[in-house]
Amino acid sequence: MYDVFFYIFAAITILSAFFVVTTKNVIYAVYSLLLTFFGIAGIYVLLGADFIAIVQIIVYVGGILILMIFGVMLTNKITSVEIKTQTLFVIPTAIGVGIFAGVLIARMITANWRTMPLNIDYSTTVYSIGASLLSDYSVLFILLGILLLITLIGAASIARKED
Amino acid sequence: MIPVEYYLVLSAFMFTTGVIGVLIRRNAIVLFMSIELMLNSANLTFVTFASFLGDSAGQVFIFFVMTVAAAEAAVGLAIMIALFRNKQTLNADEVNVLKW
Repeated sequence: MYDVFFYIFAAITILSAFFVVTTKNVIYAVYSLLLTFFGIAGIYVLLGADFIAIVQIIVYVGGILILMIFGVMLTNKITSVEIKTQTLFVIPTAIGVGIFAGVLIARMITANWRTMPLNIDYSTTVYSIGASLLSDYSVLFILLGILLLITLIGAASIARKED
Repeated sequence: MIPVEYYLVLSAFMFTTGVIGVLIRRNAIVLFMSIELMLNSANLTFVTFASFLGDSAGQVFIFFVMTVAAAEAAVGLAIMIALFRNKQTLNADEVNVLKW
């Protein structure tokens, strides 16, 4: 039953990801990336990571994609047709990426991962994640807060108009 | 029941797609979206192993990756806006003032 959902979400993810990198129109690429993020959120749900799936939708779709759409709109003149962009180096890229993907996928299939069979109890993971963040990884948690503060200041100071 | 290799191969496909995007496209925003694809494939691998090994530490690391991705998005788009204001282009091949 759940297998069908895996194949559906995987197909959505792969096809929209390919559309992101091949389409000539940047706006289409952004909206296709939205489908990719939703597909990945669905796969997170199938893996039993409910909180991660919600955070994926909130942070990526609600935050990063909106920022990207603003970026596209602010960097294209309304009158110009510069919104279309070209591709290049297709043949060398195909050869190099083919070798890379072949090695990567062959390694992932043949390796002995020593995993247990998937046994998801469909209860929430919020408690264990919160306990880990505030005990084992508390220093990293604080550092991430400082990183976000620096980012806020840096982004505002880079993007402002020069006096 | 889906074995672990299927999730890993899906993640590998997504990472490869991101690499293709970085190599064949020259628009800075599309390069940026390709990097987000690669970060998401790493996240997918983290969640896969967190579920299959029964350990939630992998899910905690997703938060770190997502925070860095959000910070990167904010600073990267600020750089692109400043770049567009100065050079009127986002083509990565035309931005070569640091190239000797």
